[in-house]
Amino acid sequence: MKTVVYAPSKVQRTFIDEIGSLIKYRFLIGELILRNIKTRYKRSLLGVAWTMVNPLLTMLVMTVVFSQLFAFDIPRYPVYILSGLLLWNFFSETTVSATRNLLWSSKLLKRIYIPKSLFATAAVGTGLVNLLIALVPLGFIILITGTRIGFAIFFLPISLLIISLFSFGVGLAISAQAVFFADVVDMYQIILVAWMYLTPIFYPLNILPDKFQWVIHINPMYYILECFRSPLYMNKIPEPQIILGAIISAITALVVGGFLFTRKADDFAYYL
Amino acid sequence: MMIEKEHNLDNIAIHLKDITIRYRMLQERTTSLKEFALNWIKGKNSYNHFLALREITLKVKKGESIGIIGDNGAGKSTLLRVIARILIPTMGQAHVYGNVTPILELGALFDPELTGRENIYLNGAMFGFSRQAMNDKLDRLLDFAGIGDFIDSPLRTYSNGMIARLAFAITTDIEADIVLIDEVLAVGDNNFRQKCISRMETFNKNGTTLVTVSHNLSLLEKLCSRVIWMEHGRIKADGHPEDIIPIYKQTKTQALFDKSQADFT
Repeated sequence: MKTVVYAPSKVQRTFIDEIGSLIKYRFLIGELILRNIKTRYKRSLLGVAWTMVNPLLTMLVMTVVFSQLFAFDIPRYPVYILSGLLLWNFFSETTVSATRNLLWSSKLLKRIYIPKSLFATAAVGTGLVNLLIALVPLGFIILITGTRIGFAIFFLPISLLIISLFSFGVGLAISAQAVFFADVVDMYQIILVAWMYLTPIFYPLNILPDKFQWVIHINPMYYILECFRSPLYMNKIPEPQIILGAIISAITALVVGGFLFTRKADDFAYYL
Repeated sequence: MMIEKEHNLDNIAIHLKDITIRYRMLQERTTSLKEFALNWIKGKNSYNHFLALREITLKVKKGESIGIIGDNGAGKSTLLRVIARILIPTMGQAHVYGNVTPILELGALFDPELTGRENIYLNGAMFGFSRQAMNDKLDRLLDFAGIGDFIDSPLRTYSNGMIARLAFAITTDIEADIVLIDEVLAVGDNNFRQKCISRMETFNKNGTTLVTVSHNLSLLEKLCSRVIWMEHGRIKADGHPEDIIPIYKQTKTQALFDKSQADFT
């Protein structure tokens, strides 16, 4: 017979407990991912094609703008920019929808017990499915630009794991605040825009003067982006210090986000 | 002493000890971080406290069927949410022995864009069931809900009655030690309501503990062996339905009478 005690002191659960309950609710994670994908494509004409066409169009515009206007000296610029865009889209979409999903599920959370980190988990899962779909047009661009693909491609799953954990941590941190204050999502989206331009997605690292290079080097997304882009664009496993930087970023985000989230998770039902 | 403790464990389904639920609300509803920060600097963030439950202590025996009555806002639904782990008490402890199925609002867990079948999977997963497990139940669920060919249509095309029937079928198919029911027996037609009530009675006969919140007093008289009367977050009375319900009814009519007198003069 299962005995449970619910009390303020007894229920101060750790992040590990929260992850444990995610395993118990694994079927629900699957159902939520399926629902997110279905509702996204159900009422649109192009359906799944949008996930592929959208980044391609952005890539096209950016390629024209940046290679003509700024005359960056980057070979195979479409591959450079598309790989950067896909990773950035994954990060911004997952963290924002982790927050939105939690807020929208208030109806649910008032009527049934569900581990609350489930929504961030489902957001990351949905993002991964979309990213895998969007890798198809990237593969196509890689082929027509004659970019070499080799064994370095086997590093890609590790990159995806790192960005997933990082996004999960940031998503948890933001959504824990958004439950209490409605304008957190809006503020976060403004931060995202600034953050995007501080990440070398469109431009090469060397266009920044030396005295501003440190800005890039304290940006966790720089390391994570390099982990993703290197195997695809350079056919190269990233430098050890890049990998280390990315792993430290992901773990820090996970620990901080997990702490902020579990500390407040029991209060959500009072506020939602 | 030890023996008595073990004896207790065998017989108790729910034990609430001094449960208090306190909502802390910022005055003037500060819902944006900007306002909060500005007020914080000015030192002007003051809070309103609202006590939804005040030091509730309650023991429910295994297999008991209790009904909760009281005016709106008395804390009936909040009490169910504590037992269901939806609200963690601000103070006090809730001991719950066994697994709980809350039936708090039929259909609230559904997604209107998904089909009936997809919703069955989604709803099942909320209670920890896989698709395979739900497929095994499917015939039984459809039979009880009687939604037939609609199973693969989006839920938004369903009538309210159909949604209620499907939700009730899913939640009551789960074998639970404790079932919480909040006003859900008020929906649907007479025929369906009878079906629900008889299912609840069967549950109770098989040893499931039932906690029912309802304004339907005759239903509670029929279904419950014990009634809790709540008022302003406290338990006002606790006992046999025959003892409590007449007094409750009398107070209600008295209150109505007083009100009409007041309006008249």
